Amino acid sequence: MPEVEDETEVTAIEKVKNGSVSRRKLLSAAGGTVALGAFLAACGSDDDSSSNSNDTTASGSTGSTGSTGGMGEDNSTAMFGEGDLGIMNYALTLEYLEAAFYADVIKSKLFKGSDLEAIKLFGSQEADHVVALTDAVKKAGGKPAPKPKTEFPLNSAKQVLKLASTVENLGASAYLGQAPRIMSPDVLAAALSIHSVEARHAAALNTLLGKTIVPDGPFARPAEAGMVLNAVQPFIV
Amino acid sequence: MNELKTANTEMVHPELAQVEFDGQERSDFLLKGAMAAGAIFGLGAISPFVRNAVAKADMGDIEILNYALTLEYLESAFYKEGLTRAGASGSLKELINTISTDEDAHVKALTETIKSLGGKPVKAPKVKFEYSDTAGFTALAETLENTGVSAYNGVAPEIKSKDVLAAAGSIVQVEARHAAAIALQNGNSPSPDAFDPTLTQAQVLKAVQPFLVK
Repeated sequence: MPEVEDETEVTAIEKVKNGSVSRRKLLSAAGGTVALGAFLAACGSDDDSSSNSNDTTASGSTGSTGSTGGMGEDNSTAMFGEGDLGIMNYALTLEYLEAAFYADVIKSKLFKGSDLEAIKLFGSQEADHVVALTDAVKKAGGKPAPKPKTEFPLNSAKQVLKLASTVENLGASAYLGQAPRIMSPDVLAAALSIHSVEARHAAALNTLLGKTIVPDGPFARPAEAGMVLNAVQPFIV
Repeated sequence: MNELKTANTEMVHPELAQVEFDGQERSDFLLKGAMAAGAIFGLGAISPFVRNAVAKADMGDIEILNYALTLEYLESAFYKEGLTRAGASGSLKELINTISTDEDAHVKALTETIKSLGGKPVKAPKVKFEYSDTAGFTALAETLENTGVSAYNGVAPEIKSKDVLAAAGSIVQVEARHAAAIALQNGNSPSPDAFDPTLTQAQVLKAVQPFLVK
C-alpha cells in the first residue's frame, strides 16, 4: 500500500520536526555506571513489553523478547515501521543526519590537516552506513526512510567538534538502546558492527576535545528512541 | 514501587538479603543479589533495569559470558601490568589508567553476573605478554582491543537473553572506545572499517593463545 507507506514516512519525519515525539527523559541509573547484575535483574518474559507495544513484530510475540534491558515505553520505533524494519529506518534516519552533518562540516572549511582527515573518514563511514541500511531495508521488503532536510550550526572548529562528539556519542547510545529489540540475528549483527564504529568515532572526537573516552564509565548507557529523536529534532528543518 | 523501596533497604544493608534467603523465591534472592552487586558498582539509585524475577539463564549464555570473562581477564592483566611496565607517561598513562579501571570493572561485573545466573565463573588464566617498550605495549593493546570488539560482536547474535545482550552491548561499546583511543596513540586510524569485522570464538581463542601460559 504505497500511500500508507508514504504516510508513515512523512509522519515519522514530521513528528521529529514538530517535536511531537514523546518527551520522556532517558531512564538511567544515577552515577554513570550500570551493573551487569542490574541488567540481568530486569524482568524477563513477564515484561509488559511496553517498549514493543506499538510494534507488530514478525513473530507476534511479546514474550521472551519483551525484556529490553530496562528501556521504557519511549523506545518505540514504530513510527518508522514495524519491528526490525522500523529499527533499521530509525537507524537510517540517524545515519542520514550524521552523513549530512559531516558533509556540511567539510564544506565549511573550518578544519584542515589531521582533524579534517578524521572528519572526512567519519563522514565517509556514515555515508557507507546510509547505503548499507538503505539496502537492508529494501532487501527486507520495506521502504527506506527518506533523507531528512537538515541544518547544523557551524560557528567554529571547537563548537563543531563538540557537536560532532555529541552526535556520535548519541548515535552509539541509540544503537545500544535498540540492540535488544532486534529480532533477526543478521540485522543484530549489522547493527552491532555499526554501533562499535560510532563508538570509535565518539572516542576519537572526545580525545580531540580532551574529554574522557568513556563518558558513561566502564558500561555504556543505552538511549531510548524518543530521547534521541528529541535531541536531533533541532537539526531537522 | 514497593519492590523498589524494599530493594533500596537491602541495598543499604546487603547482609539482610542473606539473612532472609530461606523461604524466599530464588528469583527474589537473585534480585537482591543484583541489588547488592549494584551497590558494589555504585548505583546511586535503583536502576529501572531492576524489575521482577530473573529468568533462569540459558547454559549457552553462561558459556558466552565466561568466554567474555576470559578475554576481560586477559585485558585486565595486560593493563594492570602496563601501569608500571609500559613506561608510559602523559596522555598515554592516563589512558592506560582509564582502560585498566574499565577492564577491572568488566571482570567484576561478568563474574557477578555469571554467579547470579547460577553459573560458575572461569578463573583468571595465567598470562604472559611480550613487549620490550612502550610502542610494543600500545601495539599489543590495539590488537587486544580490536580482538575484543570483534569477539563480542561475533558472539552477540548467539546470546539468548535480551538482558545479557544489553550488557554485552554496553561492554563492547566501551572496548571500541578503547580501541579507537589506543589506535590514535599509535598514529593509526581510530576506525579502520565502516563496519567492525567479527571473529568466531575459534579465531579469537587462536589469536589470544600466545598470551596464555599453560
